[in-house]
Amino acid sequence: MEYFLELFFGGLTRGSIYALIALGYTMVYGIIELINFAHGEIYMIGAFTALIVASALSLAGMSGWSLLILAGVVAMIYSAAYGFTLEKIAYKPLRTAPRLSPLISAIGMSIFLQNYVLLAQTSDFMSFPALIEEFPFMENVTIIRSSELVIFITTAVATTLLTLFIKFTRMGKAMRAVAQDKTMAMLLGVNVNRVISVTFIIGSALAAVGGVLISSHIGQINFYIGFIAGIKAFTAAVLGGIGSIPGAVLGGMVLGWTESFATGYVSSDYEDVFAFGLLVFILIFRPAGILGRTTSEKV
Amino acid sequence: MKRLQIILMVCACMLFAGQAFAADTIKLGVAGAHSGDLASYGLPTLNAAKLVVGDMNAKGGVLGKKIEILAEDDVCKPEVAANVGSKLVSEKATVVLGHICSGATKAALNTYKEAKIVTMSPSATNVDLTKSGDYPNFFRTISPDDAQAQLQVDFALNKLKVKKVAIIHDKGDYGKGLAEFAQGFFEKKGVKPVLFEGITPGAVDYSAIVQKIKFSGADAVLYGGYHPEAAKIVTGMKKKKMKTLFISDDGVRDDTFIKVAGQYAEGVYATGPIDTTKNPMAIAAIEQHKKEFGSDPGAFYLNAYAASLCLLEGIQKAGSTDYAAITKALRSNWFETPLGKISFDENGDAKGIGFSMYQVQKGKYVEVK
Repeated sequence: MEYFLELFFGGLTRGSIYALIALGYTMVYGIIELINFAHGEIYMIGAFTALIVASALSLAGMSGWSLLILAGVVAMIYSAAYGFTLEKIAYKPLRTAPRLSPLISAIGMSIFLQNYVLLAQTSDFMSFPALIEEFPFMENVTIIRSSELVIFITTAVATTLLTLFIKFTRMGKAMRAVAQDKTMAMLLGVNVNRVISVTFIIGSALAAVGGVLISSHIGQINFYIGFIAGIKAFTAAVLGGIGSIPGAVLGGMVLGWTESFATGYVSSDYEDVFAFGLLVFILIFRPAGILGRTTSEKV
Repeated sequence: MKRLQIILMVCACMLFAGQAFAADTIKLGVAGAHSGDLASYGLPTLNAAKLVVGDMNAKGGVLGKKIEILAEDDVCKPEVAANVGSKLVSEKATVVLGHICSGATKAALNTYKEAKIVTMSPSATNVDLTKSGDYPNFFRTISPDDAQAQLQVDFALNKLKVKKVAIIHDKGDYGKGLAEFAQGFFEKKGVKPVLFEGITPGAVDYSAIVQKIKFSGADAVLYGGYHPEAAKIVTGMKKKKMKTLFISDDGVRDDTFIKVAGQYAEGVYATGPIDTTKNPMAIAAIEQHKKEFGSDPGAFYLNAYAASLCLLEGIQKAGSTDYAAITKALRSNWFETPLGKISFDENGDAKGIGFSMYQVQKGKYVEVK
């Protein structure tokens, strides 16, 4: 039982990170039907920013929760700025181009950002400080670590806030309107460009949260971490139904658990086989993903 | 006319005499890739042989005879190597330094074996070349591919008294190869690993495999792979307050590992090559290369230097160019080389070279005996 629970929480942690990144994929896809392949790099930039800020602030004598929150907030702002700029430079000029062009542009940005960080920072692995402190009351708990607890509480809070934001605010309504019909929304006076920018900003900030938390949990980063995390999160988004926010979270969790249990009960050799096998299996029966809606082709 | 004939005959005789005189040298065959893609692996060996032979000849040669080099190019291809082998045999090479690549070495070895020629490679690491026992004429001055695994297993069983072991690898050629060798050695000693699994390099975290190691009850983890994943696993294990020992390889014996894993790296074991940079003979050999050829020596240079020395001194110590005498001399004597003091075991693998075990102590890798 203990073994099961540990695997369960391990999978939940991993799934939470996938979910935080997948939210960015799914929101962008929901609004402009673009798969933002550079999203994983935004996550990596978030982690790097937090590392730099945390190192600087800990030199200044700061520590504990305030350090985590400050580093996290700076990382979110910085990543959001990258996401915003990314959209303006690489996707906006191509908004009316055939769908393949922004996709290629996204891949280009992904490679560019990776190499930019490689050159500006380092190709080496860097040690990431454990910003999440151990809770005193968790001293004797072995099945779950404090950082894991923080990761999924944060994910739950972030997802809830995002859902409320989309449901009840003006901007949220505008986002839903743009997702349904961009042209009509524009005709009704919705500032589509602004909505798209906000989508990128929120998605990037969430990815940065994921980057900071997981880096602090596992203790190392390099310029390449965004690639695999991005691919897995994209899988999670597709699994849950791309375009759907609860779908992204569910997809992330399902993927995290599949990987964790596959490793625990079968063999870690087959971790990816199970993860992607599940994806294929679900797409056969539900082509739009678990919570995705099948849209009929508009003629 | 008669006189002319006599002169011609005398000349002919002198020619033969010349050849007979030339035959009275020690012929060191040097076979390897001297051109083509892999020339950079073979040419340093030729250079090393030239330097060693030059030194020895200056001191009067071996057994009072001058040494002559027969350089043959096999471009690291087995089919060419077989021909090179026949050619060296027909040219009556006394001993052969080579070949460079394992495949080429294997292709030529049978020819040398039948002709009873001692062969010593500075670079062929394939395990079967020595351990199969098929080639009693073969020696090498480099560790076989499984040397690290052998050391890890011996160390774990004899020094650390490990009873239950989990073997993890990164599914790569290097990591998985080592892990499989280690598994084989453990099983030979009657220890069946409780876990043998590959992980995906670069994955977001490894908590599931850490869990699995914890619940397998292993005393030690043997990891085949590189430092990024090792750092994540070690950190995960220590954060779970696990006391399981962590033993790894040269891919982890890197300062980046200590930098990344920080305090969690303490106590980790890793094998790594024996340090030769402080050996005065190695320093001298490298200097000599720089002076003679105007460049830094390339791959396997020191191994080749050591092999040349062992071959020639082996002949000297054997007191003859007889095959049995040379092999016996190589197995029973210790030779001073740039790689340290070495000798050869029954299989032909060098003793005294290769790897030693290091442990992270106070943020540094320290050799443990």
